[in-house]
Amino acid sequence: MGESASGADAECSRLRCEIVELLSGAEMLVRALKDEGVETIFGYPGGAVLHIYDALFQQKSITHVLVRHEQAAAHMADAFSRCSGTTGVVLATSGPGATNTVTGIATAYMDSIPMVIITGQVQSDWIGDDAFQETDIVGVTRPIVKHSFMVKKTEDIPATIKKAFYIASTGRPGPVLVDIPKDLTNPAVTYEYSYPSKVKLRSYNVVSKGHSGQIKKAVDLLMAAKRPIFYTGGGVVQGNSAAELTELVRKMGFPCTNTLMGLGGFPGDDPLFVGMLGMHGTYEANMAMHHADVVMAIGARFDDRVTNHTGKFCPNAKIIHVDVDPASIAKNIPVDIPIVGPVDQVLKEMLDQLEKTEDKPDLQALEAWWKQIDAWRAYHGLRYETKPDVLKPQTVIEELYRVTNGEAIITSDVGQHQMFAAQYYKYKYPRQWINSGGLGTMGFGLPAAMGCLVAKPDKTVACVTGEGSIQMNIQELSTCLQYHFPVKIVNLNNQSLGMVRQWQDMQYQGRHSSSTYEESLPDFIKLAESYGHVGIRVTKPDQLQGAMEEAFSLKDRLVFLDISVDPTEHVYPMQIKEGSMRDMWLSKTERT
Amino acid sequence: MRRIISILMENEPGALSRVVGLFSQRGYNIETLTVAPTNDPTLSRLTLTTSGSDRTIEQITKQLNKLIEVVKLVDLSEGAHIERELMLVKLKATGAQRAEIKRTADIFRGQIVDVTSSVYTVQLAGASDKLDAFLESVGEASILEVVRSGVSGIARGDKVLAL
Ligand SMILES: Cc1ncc(C[n+]2csc(CCOP(=O)(O)OP(=O)(O)O)c2C)c(N)n1
Ligand SMILES: [Mg+2]
Repeated sequence: MGESASGADAECSRLRCEIVELLSGAEMLVRALKDEGVETIFGYPGGAVLHIYDALFQQKSITHVLVRHEQAAAHMADAFSRCSGTTGVVLATSGPGATNTVTGIATAYMDSIPMVIITGQVQSDWIGDDAFQETDIVGVTRPIVKHSFMVKKTEDIPATIKKAFYIASTGRPGPVLVDIPKDLTNPAVTYEYSYPSKVKLRSYNVVSKGHSGQIKKAVDLLMAAKRPIFYTGGGVVQGNSAAELTELVRKMGFPCTNTLMGLGGFPGDDPLFVGMLGMHGTYEANMAMHHADVVMAIGARFDDRVTNHTGKFCPNAKIIHVDVDPASIAKNIPVDIPIVGPVDQVLKEMLDQLEKTEDKPDLQALEAWWKQIDAWRAYHGLRYETKPDVLKPQTVIEELYRVTNGEAIITSDVGQHQMFAAQYYKYKYPRQWINSGGLGTMGFGLPAAMGCLVAKPDKTVACVTGEGSIQMNIQELSTCLQYHFPVKIVNLNNQSLGMVRQWQDMQYQGRHSSSTYEESLPDFIKLAESYGHVGIRVTKPDQLQGAMEEAFSLKDRLVFLDISVDPTEHVYPMQIKEGSMRDMWLSKTERT
Repeated sequence: MRRIISILMENEPGALSRVVGLFSQRGYNIETLTVAPTNDPTLSRLTLTTSGSDRTIEQITKQLNKLIEVVKLVDLSEGAHIERELMLVKLKATGAQRAEIKRTADIFRGQIVDVTSSVYTVQLAGASDKLDAFLESVGEASILEVVRSGVSGIARGDKVLAL
């Protein structure tokens, strides 16, 4: 040889070639994640991923958060994505490790959240033999992923990771699973590493632009509208279009309603905001939808929790639907003006067209429309009855809003507390409200709050939960201690599976079948303390303010606020099954 | 209405299960399905027949298009097309039946491709309803076994489904 190393380097840079790095499969995986910009991954070790964990141990770029249950790792990565707008990563072992992530994957899938799940698999030549901890996880997860890969050759690891991130984060985002047999990560075998800079998939093309002609038609229809409404969903939040939406809505002066997933897409404290719509939407939002003549749906999917009976949905409205996924359009409800494209791009073009048009919205009609909406707002306005010595869950959320100046990131679980958190906290900015809307996964809230703290460590993050939901991933209190996640847990303790009990009250003559716990609830204060955290109990209305203030002043501590709330409370409004959007219960005794 | 959907997809393990999985997952029915690699070995051509309202078919094609491995697809029934299905039938053939079956096979342009003293095996290609008609003509009583390939189809004229 005789040539010095630096001479080889110079020769190499003259030829613009890269210095070849020899890495094992496990090292390639970790390096690929780093090259993808990943800083934190969430996971749990086991046999099939031990080579990968050893490679993680020997580097500094990527931090690993060790959870206490793989489901929580998936929710953390999912919430990390929701909160940061990037792609969260999960690492789990084969068999039970992989199957434990399934609920988390389904949760992300239903809400179109980008996520990459890396699972170990038994070694290649054992696949199909019912080997120890073998599960066909690609098969198990097929209906709940955007795509999945089983890596066949070690050399394919970098390119597969590149594709996984690309597919997960583009178009309509979603989870992508990469299953890697153990032998492919063997530290003894090394390969030349290079990370592809681009992905080309002939069978996967992402639309980059909405059809200008369709956008023009939409603008014309909006200008002619007499009773218009913007109905916007998670696509606005995930599609980073809140600013464009806000500009458009304000420019037009139309009312705007958000879906459960869309909250924060338009400022909740803006007078043009009429609240959430749907099953537990505000009276004014549902009434306005029902009576609208033009509905502009953006990044929303006409879910059954929004439309009520599809045959009775918005009987007099022409519908414009903007969505990045063509399959979302006209799936449940026929649409008059479909626009397929990225929401931000479509809204920008719409704003451009509005600049140029001479037309003006029909101000006279709009004034009458707003008068009507204000009357609806005045009539119900999320009123609820208070009692002197029983805390109402709604009051707790109002107090939470006050104590946090409406600035906190709020995660939630699933049940009545979730609906109260959606109704009574006014979300000002996108990615502030993090909840499992599509799948409705109890157990999401706590790990989600942890994922948010990884994404935005300087933010105040509160998890609004119930004594039912919190117990579905309570073990993560231990992870919170290990990594110092100062989550504020607001447990609306109504001593029952409240939402189930509400349905049993309303549809099963109050037969509370398996929705209460008979004195078996833990002492949450002691529980929090045994995990090394602070617990504060609130049993009376006059304790609430002090307890909240104390909890949120303990910036560096996890505080578990166990708050006894009225166990008989129901969530209202509530749409009446098989009805139209305007058919609602407004209280226990009053319906439209 | 019955539709013939022709799909060009990556010839990769798992691609077929995604297509089939989509149908069961979303409650669509598959009546027939055939799949084989094309002249380009990286691609498979899959043809399936299904039925449903226009809205269902629109959803089916949109959902299929979303599958990462699906490169292109076409609903052949939207335009003029040729459809063929291959059938092999084993028929009881003794005595006078032998001549009768031969005659029927000739009428349908089928061929007898295997013979024993008591059995004829007939090969028949054509549109599915022609195969149905043949089976009806020979009668349930003489049928021992039926194998059908499922429908393959191609558009008439200049239109091609290729990369
Ligand atoms: C994993 C899971 N199992 C079951 C359900 C059905 N479910 C919806 S709300 C609810 C009750 C939740 O109780 P809790 O967390 O105490 O909230 P609350 O309604 O009392 O506020 C149940 C069981 C669900 N959404 N998720
Ligand atoms: Mg409860």
